[in-house]
Amino acid sequence: MKLVKTLLASSALTVTAGAVSAQDMANEMTLVSWGGAYQASQVKAYVEPYLEMYPEVSVTWDESSAEAVAKLRAMNEAGNVTWDLVDAVASDAMRLCDEGLAIELEHDEVLEPAPDGTPASEDFGDLLVSDCFVPQIVYSTTFGYRTDLIGDEAPTSVCDVFDLEKFPGKRALQKRPIDNMEWALYCDGVEKDAIYDTLGTDEGVNQALDKLATIKDQVVWWTAGAETPQLLADGEVVMGSTYNGRLFSAIAEQDQPIEMLWDMQSFDLDGWVVPAGLPEDRKARVMHFLKFATDTQRLADQAKFISYGPARKSSAPLVGQHAELGIEMAPHMPTDPANSGNVHIYDYEWWADNRDDLNAKFEAWLAR
Amino acid sequence: MSDMTDTGGPVLAADGTPLKRSLRKALRRQKMRALLLIAPLLIFVLVSFIMPIGDMLYRSVENKIVSQTLPRSTQALSSWDADSGELPSEAVFAAMAADLKEAAEQKIHTRVGSRLNYENPGMSSVFRTSGRKAKKFDLENGGPWKEQLIEINEDWADTDVWRTIKTYSPPVTAGYFLNAVDMRVGPDGAEMRPERERIYMNLLKRTLWMSLLITFSCIVLAYPVAWLLANLPTRKANLLMILVLLPFWTSLLVRTSAWKILLQQQGVINDVLVWIGLVDDNARLIIINNQFGTIVAMTHILLPFMILPMYSVMQTIPPSYVRAAKSLGATDWTAFWRVYFPQTIPGIGAGSILVFILAIGYYITPALVGGTKGTFISNQIAFHISTSLNWGLASALGAILLAVVLVLYWAYDKIVGIDNVKLG
Amino acid sequence: MAKLPPYATTGQRIWHYTFLVICGLIFFFLIAPIAVVVPLSFNAENFFTFTPEMLRLDPDGYSLKHYRDFFSNPDWQNAMWNSIKIAPVATVVSVSLGTLAAIGLSQPHVPARRAIMAILISPMIVPLIISAAGMYFFYSKINLAGTYWGVVLAHAALGIPFVIITVTATLVGFDRSLTRAAANMGADPVTTFFRVQMPLILPGVISGALFAFITSFDEVVVVIFVGSAKQQTLPWQMFTGLREQISPTILAVATLLVGVSIILLTVVELLRRRSERLRGMSPG
Repeated sequence: MKLVKTLLASSALTVTAGAVSAQDMANEMTLVSWGGAYQASQVKAYVEPYLEMYPEVSVTWDESSAEAVAKLRAMNEAGNVTWDLVDAVASDAMRLCDEGLAIELEHDEVLEPAPDGTPASEDFGDLLVSDCFVPQIVYSTTFGYRTDLIGDEAPTSVCDVFDLEKFPGKRALQKRPIDNMEWALYCDGVEKDAIYDTLGTDEGVNQALDKLATIKDQVVWWTAGAETPQLLADGEVVMGSTYNGRLFSAIAEQDQPIEMLWDMQSFDLDGWVVPAGLPEDRKARVMHFLKFATDTQRLADQAKFISYGPARKSSAPLVGQHAELGIEMAPHMPTDPANSGNVHIYDYEWWADNRDDLNAKFEAWLAR
Repeated sequence: MSDMTDTGGPVLAADGTPLKRSLRKALRRQKMRALLLIAPLLIFVLVSFIMPIGDMLYRSVENKIVSQTLPRSTQALSSWDADSGELPSEAVFAAMAADLKEAAEQKIHTRVGSRLNYENPGMSSVFRTSGRKAKKFDLENGGPWKEQLIEINEDWADTDVWRTIKTYSPPVTAGYFLNAVDMRVGPDGAEMRPERERIYMNLLKRTLWMSLLITFSCIVLAYPVAWLLANLPTRKANLLMILVLLPFWTSLLVRTSAWKILLQQQGVINDVLVWIGLVDDNARLIIINNQFGTIVAMTHILLPFMILPMYSVMQTIPPSYVRAAKSLGATDWTAFWRVYFPQTIPGIGAGSILVFILAIGYYITPALVGGTKGTFISNQIAFHISTSLNWGLASALGAILLAVVLVLYWAYDKIVGIDNVKLG
Repeated sequence: MAKLPPYATTGQRIWHYTFLVICGLIFFFLIAPIAVVVPLSFNAENFFTFTPEMLRLDPDGYSLKHYRDFFSNPDWQNAMWNSIKIAPVATVVSVSLGTLAAIGLSQPHVPARRAIMAILISPMIVPLIISAAGMYFFYSKINLAGTYWGVVLAHAALGIPFVIITVTATLVGFDRSLTRAAANMGADPVTTFFRVQMPLILPGVISGALFAFITSFDEVVVVIFVGSAKQQTLPWQMFTGLREQISPTILAVATLLVGVSIILLTVVELLRRRSERLRGMSPG
């Protein structure tokens, strides 16, 4: 009897699964991403190939990933989710997952295994920091500087950013506490392991802000990843932090006189989340696309357009040369041993818990 | 008509009803017709515009989230005396454990944490860390909850945490407004926030001060131009008027991008200054991403709004007055200052209020050329809507800004009359 | 001021010319930023300043490549079409409702006229960020946020004050005896409206429509909050571009938009003159 029931149940499942075939998948998708070089790499690596396979599908891009949490909250409140798939950084994905704004995924069921059959959960490994999150890339937030404007001596340490005497000129920093506070403490003499403990106290927060205050007048604050490369190219700043892939495209593709400063680069993950509350047909399309876009080959393809490390272990060996420039990509990856001598390990969980507190303090400090 | 007066009774209309009533009826019908014509638009504006504003104002005081997410704890806390200095009883902790478990299952515990964090930084992490464990709470025989909760997060042993929850239990709160003026509810009622956390009063002051500066520079620049336009022959004035109206009709984004190109360190102005040798190539002027950038760009953008009202007032001033003053022996300056200038004050007033109202609400231009020092309160509102997600505070700041604007609007209506606004 | 009297003293002469120079500089300040955009949009390089080739007037320094980019880039094309789809519809809504209401408001006896007027004008007075915030919250509740009609509705509301102001201004000069005469001759109210009133207030309606159009066409704050990517308009695209990377395509777009504003300005000016002429002829 029990067996019959199980059989029935599983056949019912297959029927429902089969029923969601091509006809029942929506033909429109709104993908949310970051714009710029990164979005371009997504378009080339898997959106265009997907659209070639399924010409009936059309894709709308929304460059709102920076405001993903706010917008999803508003959509959720209205019960009208207009986004289908959202590219978000790991900490935002965790937040969306905590708030029930993104759906939890069975990674092994919805994602392709590696070509050798390793299930997805093992292939991604500990990069699956949240049940709602499908990581695509490992990137880092790090510094770039103008070789011709910086002076005779090149900066070698992240603390040179805080040294206005040796390296005068404006710097671009991201308008948020994450990374900046850690760099400030590190350069104020706090041990690397003690950074988050220090930051957990009011004195530690003030110490970090006071250190940042020493360069505040010389800082241009950015909110979009493309700003720093632009500011560097225009000579508006002599150095600035941004995502390493943006700097790569300024250096390698646009031949700007810019160099990387990898010291204390801060690793982070970026990936997809599926918003909660999608109608069945749209969800079916999204899952179909997600499965394709995050397979081993596609993630490796993406690394041919931008210098971010693919999140699957099985993709790493497939990364070769830049698709258009033909240069080796490995030395430009944040994970390359030459670049990752001294890295800052960014603590997602600590930031998920303390982000609201520190944002409030950082904003107050910024407005002073 | 003549035979009606003969009857001696009430005056009758053609159909025999008394004229008074008939007229009243006609008047009523007229009023009805006018209202019917207006009604569709009025309803449209009420729904598409006034109700959203009302919704925003409501959000600035609305606070249902705490009592809805933590129904048992807020109930249990009502008998706790926050000033006793003692922690609430085990019953309160047990209620909190039950609330946390339920909230964590529905994944809404982080929202109430974020909400309370606005009032007491640190609350967010209390709820996040506790919520993570709360799903596994065994409510029946898991106690004692006091030790359990404090074990998970030691802040539960802080009376301040409980005080915050108690203070923000009611469904309506003044908390957002207090926050918007850099205050908070402390143990002894409302108090100023610590120096390091004060933002908004300074920002409001800066917004008002920069708007004043912009208004003043608009007056200085608009006056001569308006005078010239009003005193030139019509044909020439019309030609020059195009130079005023073209910027007025040009997209705000176009003008802002123009200023961005002009003001950049590698921009046109700096290039020209370097080229003519006024500025060294290594010491280019920093005139963007600061207050100067905002003031220059906004003065340019708002200047037509000052010139046009001044011009329309100056046009009505007969030149004979100044001539009369001069023929009576006044110097050029006296004739201008004592006779001409006083007559232009209504124009200056109208233009100033208009420019000031527009300036304090600006968002786009400060966001693009203002950096951090040159931004306005609007930018902070936008930040709270889309980045920090503190919609209550955004609404409270919006309500304050709205109040300032409405006072000015009222003044404008008194001085100029809203019916007399002219465009173009 | 136009001419200096022959008996002017040296001091007066000096002041006269200084004054003209000052005015010239202010006019320069008004127009130069817009004028600078136009030649730079033909830059053959991806720079925002004049290259030596451009200053030498060398034809190689100029090109149409930024315009080509605008017309071939799907993002910009999408934004352009969205603007074209949104602004006219918003204009039609505000003009049709606004004209009716303006006629109602110009009747001799309107109860609570000041209050109604204040409400109808308010979208022009309330700072855009507040309107945007309120609409974002409220439209989200009623499922209008992120939809085409949400943006149209929001833009129509913003355009209404301009229609009300321009149309009531024309109606102030409108001779009421004309409608009475028409009614006397047996025309019903609808005929009277379309055959008598409409032609006379038409200039006001059209310039109101142009104001409403440009309000929607240039609007960026509200659409950023109320709209979603599918409603991304030209100004929105420009705003994102300006914040992130100023590609010179923005200058090409800006130049095209300056062209649009010149056309609109000309039409409004012609209408204003025509309506002044008409009003000059009508009695009272």
